[in-house]
Order: sequence, then C-alpha cells, then structure tokens
Amino acid sequence: MTRLPATMLRRSRSRQRPPARRLPRWQAGLAVPAALAVLSLAVAGCGSSGKPSSSSSSPSAQAAGHPGGTWTILANSAFGVADPAQNYTAEEWQLLIDTHDGLTGFAKVGGAEGNKIVPDLATSIPKPTNGGKTYLFHIRRGIEFSNGQTLKPSDFVTTFERQFTVPGPTSFYSDFVGASKCSTKGCNLSKGVVANNSAYTLTLNLTAPDPELMDQLALPFAFAVPAGTSPKLTGNNVPPGTGPYMWKSYNPNTEAVLVRNPHFHVWSAQAQPAGYPNEIVEKYGLQVSDEVTEVLNGEANEVYDGDPIPSDQLGTLNSPKYAGQVHVNTLAADYYYALNTRRPPFNNLQARQAINYAANRTAYVKIFGGPSLAVPTCQILPPDFPSYSPYCPYTAGSSHTQWTAPDLAKAKQLVQQSGTAGMKVIVDATTDQVGKALAEQMVADLNSIGYKATIQLLSSSVQYPFIQNSSNSAKWNVAYSQWFQDYPAASDFLNVLLGCGTIHPNSDASPNIAAFCQKNIQSQINQAEADEATNPSEAARLWTQIDHEDTNAAPWVDMFNPKQIDVLSSGVHGYQWTSVWNILIDRLWQG
Amino acid sequence: MATLLEQVEVDTELRPAIAGRNPWALAARRLWRNRIAMASLVLFLLIVVLCLAAPLYAHDVAHVNPFVPNLNGHTVVGGKVVPVMQRGGGALRLGETPIGPTWDLSHYFLGADSTGRDVAALLLYGGRSSLLIGIGSAFLCSIAATVVALIAGFFGGTTDALLSRLMDVIWAFPVYLLAISISTELLTHTSGIQIGPLNVSATSLWVPTIIIAFIYVPYVYRPVRGQVLSVVNKEFVEAAISQGASNLRLIFSEILPNVVSTVIVLLPLMIATTILTEAALSFLSIGVQPPNVSWGTIIQDGTDLVYTRPWVTIAPGLMILLTVLSLNVLGDGVRDALDPRAKLRVEG
Repeated sequence: MTRLPATMLRRSRSRQRPPARRLPRWQAGLAVPAALAVLSLAVAGCGSSGKPSSSSSSPSAQAAGHPGGTWTILANSAFGVADPAQNYTAEEWQLLIDTHDGLTGFAKVGGAEGNKIVPDLATSIPKPTNGGKTYLFHIRRGIEFSNGQTLKPSDFVTTFERQFTVPGPTSFYSDFVGASKCSTKGCNLSKGVVANNSAYTLTLNLTAPDPELMDQLALPFAFAVPAGTSPKLTGNNVPPGTGPYMWKSYNPNTEAVLVRNPHFHVWSAQAQPAGYPNEIVEKYGLQVSDEVTEVLNGEANEVYDGDPIPSDQLGTLNSPKYAGQVHVNTLAADYYYALNTRRPPFNNLQARQAINYAANRTAYVKIFGGPSLAVPTCQILPPDFPSYSPYCPYTAGSSHTQWTAPDLAKAKQLVQQSGTAGMKVIVDATTDQVGKALAEQMVADLNSIGYKATIQLLSSSVQYPFIQNSSNSAKWNVAYSQWFQDYPAASDFLNVLLGCGTIHPNSDASPNIAAFCQKNIQSQINQAEADEATNPSEAARLWTQIDHEDTNAAPWVDMFNPKQIDVLSSGVHGYQWTSVWNILIDRLWQG
Repeated sequence: MATLLEQVEVDTELRPAIAGRNPWALAARRLWRNRIAMASLVLFLLIVVLCLAAPLYAHDVAHVNPFVPNLNGHTVVGGKVVPVMQRGGGALRLGETPIGPTWDLSHYFLGADSTGRDVAALLLYGGRSSLLIGIGSAFLCSIAATVVALIAGFFGGTTDALLSRLMDVIWAFPVYLLAISISTELLTHTSGIQIGPLNVSATSLWVPTIIIAFIYVPYVYRPVRGQVLSVVNKEFVEAAISQGASNLRLIFSEILPNVVSTVIVLLPLMIATTILTEAALSFLSIGVQPPNVSWGTIIQDGTDLVYTRPWVTIAPGLMILLTVLSLNVLGDGVRDALDPRAKLRVEG
C-alpha cells in the first residue's frame, strides 16, 4: 500500500490481474438511488431474524464499567467514496472494522497479537482441500445486519461479486473460479463462491492455491453486505454491516457518524468485541495544526493518525504535560526511492549500489522528524515484519545489520567503475514539504558522487500514477514513493513491489516502479509462495533470503521506516494499536 | 512714475532668457523633487543591490551554499558549536527544529529552514529570482500590450474589434486561476517545453516570466489602447498623414512617443503586481521550481515552521512588502511627474 496526501491511501496490487478501476462519478451518482431502493426493499422483505445460536451479552452489558459517550475524531479531509468494495484508505478502514465483519478478521487487540487471523463470521479457519484450492467455511447463525436482516452464506456471493462489478481492487479475489470472466458489466461467481443457506456453509473454490487467502478475507473488501446490495457503487451510502456500530450518516464535506448497531451481539470477543463509545464522529475540514490544538484543549478526542503533524507542533507534543496523550508506533512501511532500471545510469548494478552507499539516511530521517519518527533502513522488509532479519550492506563500517553513516568513498569508486559519472539524473518527487525536502537531499547525495541531478516535482495525486506508467520512463531516473502493508505477509512487499508479475507496461497501476525483474529471485518468490501453505518455516527462510538478495540488487534506495503519532485528548483509556488497523477506535473511552 | 506694464517689461529685459526644457526633463525634475518617491526609489535600488550581492554574501560572509541541504551541519552561536537541526526535547524527543536567528551575519543571521539552509542567503538569492521574474515579466507584458494596443488603436475597425475581444477573453479568466492552469500544464512537460527550435526547461525562470507576462497583457493593453485612440485623431497625426508618412512611421514616430508615458507610469505598478503574482505561484509550488528559489518558495518552506521559526516566513514576506510598497509609491511619483497639468516653479 502506498500513501498519498495525508488521508488518501492508495494501494495497487496487480500481480497479473486487471488493475482496479473506478466508476466515473456520474455513474456513481446514479448508483446511489438504485442502491437505496434495493436496500429499502431488502429491509421491508427481511425474513425472520432467528435467535442467536449462543447466548451473549448485550452491547451495553459488554461495555459495562466504561462510559459510552461520543468519540470525536478530527481529520483534515474525508476518505472519498464510502463503499467498502472500493474504498482503499486506512481512514475508512479504521471505521469499517467497527461496522462490518468478514469471514475472518485480525484479532482486535493491540500489539503483535493484532496481526493474528481469527475466525469472525466463520466459526473456524478451515484447512484447504483439493490441493489448496478449496475452503469450506461454516457460517455463524443468528447474526444480523444493522437493518435487521439475518446474515446468510449467500450474502458473501454478493460481497465478492460486487468486488468486480463496483469495481474494487480485484486482484485479491481474482483466483476465485469464474472471476476471470467478471467485469463491471456483471459477475457470476456461483462456482467460485458456493453458498449453502440450509447447511450454513460457504465453499470457496480457487483456480490456484493462495496461502494468503485468510489475510485477504480479513480485508474490508471482503466484509459481508446483504445479498440485495446493489452491484454498483453505493457512493457515500455504506451498505449495512454486522459490526457493533452502524453508519448513521456520511457527508464528506462535514462528518461521518457511527452509532450503535441495535442488532449486534458479541459472538467472538477476539474478532469483534462490543465497542465502548456510544457514538463515533469523524469531523472534516480543519487544518492539522487546528486539529492538534482542539484535541489538546479537550474539544475533541483524537487527531486522525493519517494527518501528518506539522513539524513546529511536534515540539509542543514533547511537553511532559502531554506525555500521556501522545503515542508513537512503528509502521510496517517503507519510504524509498525507486531507481529506474530501464535506462542509464541505474540499469547498472554498480550505479545503483553507489547511490545506496552515498544516501545520507540521517538527513532523510531528520527531514521526516528525527529518530523518534523514523528509523533508517537499507532493506525492503520493515522491522518486526514476518521474515524480517536486519541487513544493511550500504553503510560505513563493518556492521551489515544496521546503517550508521554513508560511505562516500565506496560510492564514488562504484560510480567510476560503472562508467556513469557525469550523467544527468532526474529525481521525481512530490510537491509537499517532506517530498520536496527529501528530493533536495537526494539531489545533493547524487551530486556528491559525480552525477548531475535535478528535481522534478509533481503533485502527490499525479506523481504516483506518473512514475508507475512505463510511458513516462524516459522522464525520471529516481522516483520517491512509499509503501504501507496491506497485511503482514512478506509477499506484500517483496512480490508486489519487486516481482516480475507486477510490471504492467503503460499502466498507471504498476507497483513495481523500478521495473525490477530478476529470474533467479522471481523463482525463489514463486517457491516461497508455494511453500507458504505446506512448509511455512521454509517459506519464511526463503522470504528472508529474497529480502537480502533484493537489497543487494539495489532496485531502491530505501530511506527509512516511519513511525506514526497518535494524539489523543487527556483522560483517554484503552489505547490499543495494531500494525494492520493502527489505532483501535472502539476500544477507547474517556474517563 | 513707470506704469505696471512698463515695470514688467523692464523686469523681463533685465532677467536672462528662460532656457526651454523638454517634457522628459521637466518630468524628471518633478520626480526628483518628490522626496517620498525618491526615497522609494532608493529603497528599491537598495533591495536590488542587496539581492545582486547574494553570491558575495553567501560565499564570503556567511560561508554557506544555500542550495544544498545542511541537515547534519553545525554552526557557531555565542562562541559555541551547535547543530543546525536541533532534536526535540522531553521524553519523546519528536521533531527536528532548525536553528533560529542568531543575528550574526556570518552564522545563520536569520536562522535555518527545514533542510538546514541559511535563510538570509536564501532570501537574497530568492530576491534575484523574484525581481528578475517581476521586472522581466512586467517589461515583456508592457511591450506586448503596447504593440497590440498600437495595432488595434491605429487600424481600428475589425482589427481593433478582434484584438480587443481576444484581450477580453484573457481578461475574463481570474488571473490566478489562469496562471495556475497554465503553470500546472507546462510543469508536466518534464523533458522541456518546445518552442520552435528552442527547448525551454520546465524549471527555467522563463516559464513563470512568460506566464505572468501573458496573463497581465490585457491590463496594460486597455489604458494604452485608450491613449492610442485619443492620439490617433490629433492634428499632428493628420498632418503627418497628409505629408505622406507611412503607417509604420506614423505608429512609431507620431503615436508611440505620445503613449509611452502611459506605459512608463504603469511599469512600476506592473512590476509590483508581477512580483506578487510570482510569489503566489511559487507559494503554490507552480512558480519557481527547485533548485531555484524565490521569496514565494521560501514562504512556502516556512509554513511548517510558523510557530517555532516564524522568521523563515516573515523575512521574505517583509521583502515582498517593502519591494511592492516602494514600487507603488514610486509609481505614484512617476504618474505625478508625467502629469502635463502639473505646475513647476522654474528657477532662473
């Protein structure tokens, strides 16, 4: 996943799958009334709700002992379209995990435990059969959507078909049988997603084994929506979900409001506990500096964690007065420069290694806010990620596990050996303060080892598709980008960003920006993916090896792994943070 | 006893003859005597000289290269060596704050920006870009507008109608929106802008210069065209026509000298306007591009430091204020000086 301006997180996964496309706005507008009509019919015609299969406590009882109240989040801007089949932003996902559920989920608890997959609407995590291509899920009974409709296995057929008709990022589910024929005009997954409403089972049939399927089923794209939900984009109307909250309203110009779902009961405290606040409100439109001021003054509860805190307010947050209100966590993310391996000078390995040796990572870290907010890195996988093993060959000194300082002498030597000295290099970055400053530093680093570097700045919304599209390849040599995990799997970095299959010529969705493809490394990637299901320890070892080999091949200048700041009002309890969802909003209360 | 008339005649005979002065000399004299206008001119020239001395200041006084980030650098404050970027305090130690003003000319006089560069040196280099673009675009605009106005006013009829409507179309666009649109489009030509045989880099200062000159052409065109229309019907023009003067001669010898004063009055005001426009575009990141700097880019760089290091934005803002103010006051003085109705006490 890559991060765009503050609140917009745009991810691009296209391993030999059609890239996600958005409906034109006018079609989205027409879809809303249709969706509303369908939803109202669904609500009117809902069948018997049935009784819960197991006794459970009411939401208020679950939250007993912690006040309800309203939890107010301040965000600079809204997250765009609210349809969970399409929205790919952390901002909405942090709310969707409280209003919707999928077959599986990430445990709703902070820390490393939060990366674990647990059964959610399914009673258990099934073992695959049929050579890893078939999964049989038993669906929990007695669960209701927020409109009172009972959850049935057939609802998942609609959920997955919508992924293609809306459309959303289809690459996660394009291995379902029948998916290859799906498009925005229609989708029939009756063979790939087989629902049995009498036995309450759901069978997923794949065309090929996918060891990461359980992670992908835990993403909001796979969250259940009622069977009657429109196959088209629902715009700013979110279809009903099964979570402890439901969407009362969403106006991207003002606010989003979540209230308690009266039809919710706890079936798995690990997957979906009852939330503490009675209401969650996310307000839009303030400058980030004003958001911080209001939260510190107690006028709101939380600064949306995707809004970067202005650097001159970081000093304010250092005050001991706010010690309990500021939380810093390491993100599973990379800030890096992709090196254009299609053309000189960086089609030359020595040239790529040279800039890695010359990169002043201390300076990059300072630009981002200092060592408290960023950790320098040389390798692809972020710390504490599956298969991460510290590795940094591009540093002064003898340590190969941690970066300490640039090695300019070695860098200059490599430039001379590569025969690329004096070449012009274009550094492409974004116009925001951080992007511009990082680009200026990269230019200085390149010039210091004998290149003639210049800067080219583009707006964030333009820059990311620009550098992905191979038709622009002649216009840049070094491109600034970032990637945030979709879920904790090494392939999410190593295969998505540096695999041969994610190079899509002339496409704006080609996340392998460097166009890096080495057959020996790709064959190891393929082997690691095959081993995931059958030999996880061997797979983990291979991913580590791939990470180190990719680092040696230097398709990137990896700068740092960022940290994220959560700013909360005083007196907040229950703070929990996961690398998948970041702050768990419904676990918070103000005492 | 002599009559009053006889006394005047005697006085006239006794006084030496009054030397005739051309209108430009009279205008210069009027301007010279306008102390406020002169003070403004001196201020403007001082700013220009300071900005021209930017390399001298950066190299020989401050000993910095303001175009290269200096995040890991050190400087001397009060005899102590301190880092240019200072890490936050407290338990969390969030953020890196650049050093503030030292008020020492040789050590970060106005402090550092977010990449550790000397703000004072940047300010002077930025002034070079801002003044170059401001003055260059004002001149280009004035020349283009004058040529178009001369053609439209002289030929009249369909020519005048067409040119005036073209100017109206350009004028109908909100100035800043038009500039933003054109800049954004041209900046995507990352391999340069092809103008015939010429290839202009998208980051060249010519790009904002030409864009700003273009958007303000209608603003100069209108008053100049009005002046052309009033001159073209004068008797001396008719006399020149009757003597067989060609159109080119009429335009350049008869009409242009009589409208150039209008352009001269507008020029200082246009320079002020174009400097402001350049600052606005650069603040929005679509004016001056790195590695060049201007007052607008420095203000933009300082927006994240407004609370802790306000001088990064205040300093370029003050420079813009002083420059624009001096040009506006000078423009008023020039207008007064060139006003033919102004009376002048001529000394013998």
